[in-house]
Amino acid sequence: MPETSPFASRRGLLFGAAALSTGALITGCTSNEPKDSDGAASDDKSQQVADDKPGKQVTIGFAGPQADHGWLNAINDNAKERAKKYSDVTLESTEGSNDTAAQIGQVETLINKKVDVLVILPADGKALTQVGLKAMKAGIPVVNLDRVFASPQAYRCWIGGDNYGMGLSAGHYIGEKLKGKKNAKVVELAGLDNLELTKQRSKGFDDALKNYSNIEKVARQAAEFTVESGQQKMSQLLQAQKNFDALWNHDDDQGVGALRAIKQAGRDDFLMVGGAGALSAMQAIESDDSVLKATVLYPPSMAASAIDLARALGQSKGVSGMAEFEIPAFITLYSAVVDKENISKYMSTGFK
Amino acid sequence: MTQPASPPRPATSKSGPADGASPLRTLSARADLRTLSLLGVLAVLVLIGGITQPDSFLDTDNVQLILTQASVIGVVTVGMTFVIISGGIDLSVGAIVALASVWATTVATQEYGVAGILFTAVIVGMACGLVNGMLIAYGGMVPFIATLAMLASGRGLALEITDGKTQMVTVDGVLKLGERDSYILGIPPLVLVFAAVTAVGWLLLNRTTFGRRSVAVGGNAEAARLAGIDVRRQRLYLYLLSGLCCGIAAFMLIVLSGSGQNTNGNLYELDAIAAAIIGGTLLSGGRGTITGSVLGVLIFITIQNIFALNNLETAVQQIAKGAIIVAAVLVQRRTSSHT
Repeated sequence: MPETSPFASRRGLLFGAAALSTGALITGCTSNEPKDSDGAASDDKSQQVADDKPGKQVTIGFAGPQADHGWLNAINDNAKERAKKYSDVTLESTEGSNDTAAQIGQVETLINKKVDVLVILPADGKALTQVGLKAMKAGIPVVNLDRVFASPQAYRCWIGGDNYGMGLSAGHYIGEKLKGKKNAKVVELAGLDNLELTKQRSKGFDDALKNYSNIEKVARQAAEFTVESGQQKMSQLLQAQKNFDALWNHDDDQGVGALRAIKQAGRDDFLMVGGAGALSAMQAIESDDSVLKATVLYPPSMAASAIDLARALGQSKGVSGMAEFEIPAFITLYSAVVDKENISKYMSTGFK
Repeated sequence: MTQPASPPRPATSKSGPADGASPLRTLSARADLRTLSLLGVLAVLVLIGGITQPDSFLDTDNVQLILTQASVIGVVTVGMTFVIISGGIDLSVGAIVALASVWATTVATQEYGVAGILFTAVIVGMACGLVNGMLIAYGGMVPFIATLAMLASGRGLALEITDGKTQMVTVDGVLKLGERDSYILGIPPLVLVFAAVTAVGWLLLNRTTFGRRSVAVGGNAEAARLAGIDVRRQRLYLYLLSGLCCGIAAFMLIVLSGSGQNTNGNLYELDAIAAAIIGGTLLSGGRGTITGSVLGVLIFITIQNIFALNNLETAVQQIAKGAIIVAAVLVQRRTSSHT
């Protein structure tokens, strides 16, 4: 029974949704042919894909992280704000936690409350895999947010950021900016080195730089995602490297400290690219009065999207703009580069 | 220099400075030997730095940087040294720095400018120290537990105040204090604060009744009580002093980082304890010097600086840091154990 039930429930979900959406798709297709009747077309579409119109009531259980960092705080805010938007969604959120055992307990409580769908950003993806499996077996589909569970059976859908892609985007941006500059030197201020995501960001960065033979990465130091550590490590890096052309800093929170260190050292001879997309970084990019010229996104809006996906799951709907009847199993966000050119488009996504 | 670290039997010396002369000399010589060994460790590090990075290590900028980075944790360590000398421990220093820094950078506080921020940081630091002191001295709690509780609740309160967000400082006067324009004769203001706190700490420990009582309480609390020292009140003052140092450090950190964040002062408790121990302070109390602690801090920061200049990886840095702590303490033991 424990083995069959997730499949059964998934199949049920699939068939239900498929039957529903096939019907909708047929009518959708026919009504799409004449391009003028817009209103009718979208009415029909609401049968198959999730949109803003109220549908079946869904209770979403949200087990988020402890908000001790700007980005994590933005994750919780995004999830809660998004849930408020829908009159058909009830959000049951637990107190954020960094403690694996505590979070397992919280998820179990949500399972016992028989919520319709779960959204979990695990403190530790591997450690929470079992409780994810438990939820799936109990017939509650899980949307796994950002830190990925060890088993694909533990979630119905994963949505998260692209750490490797972040490094890649930063590396390519810097590469293009330094094109034509001989013997260009690049410095990296990484995040917390005992996190897997930090290694991925650095790997992506290195791989991107391989495309530019004129660039050499001369130094890399790891900070701890805090303003204090950013200031401390950056001021040391500035001592170690008397001249370089570009700096990639993994995280905008520690970037506040890094920018302080750069100002204190009176340096302005290089360009800096940040990471994550904090409001303070975006404001600095817009005002263009510091070395910070761009930031690569790791959008906390993924939490809002996770609520959307959870709602769609709860209402057995697909997502609009895609051919499939079901929501995808795996969604990796894109790490766009935000600089002065496109800042107005992204400013609203900046988090405090 | 003339006053030794401490007489080993404080009970017999009442609360006055009536010390004998001949055992003093050996004690003083031993304390000097310890200080010398620490200076030796520092000299070796400077040599390593100078050899591996001749261009950047002995640069004025870099010396200023090392001293600045030593300042914040250094002030905390001075307070910690007093607490450990008295046989206690303060695990809450990092949390107090965090709480004081976020409280002092709230928008309401920033309206009152530099003075408002400094005042709030110091008051919050002292308030936390007072709670620690009351719990330990009059509540009869073990220092380890009382300050552990303060660590947890202080961090929690800091998180509550900031809601996880970084609080930017907009007061120009505060920001300027950390910048080059305000250096006095090439010395950053933060380093001057550190020097002042060190000087006051040294005088307090070596030249006042307060200092002698602190040592006496740490050497043998019961004997100190019999000698007429109000041990409880002394303990209260010591944690209050540690809290005050944390408040000052919080203000310095605000100047340095231009913001308040609930993660500020992360692991300061361990760094401060390690620096004090490397500096020759006995974890069991009764012995310790301010000079040693300050040298301990400088050794730590210099190591970090050399690591960064040589672009060592984090893992290697951590391993090397551990090895150097062990080496420094072993050198300490050799120089202080032979009588």
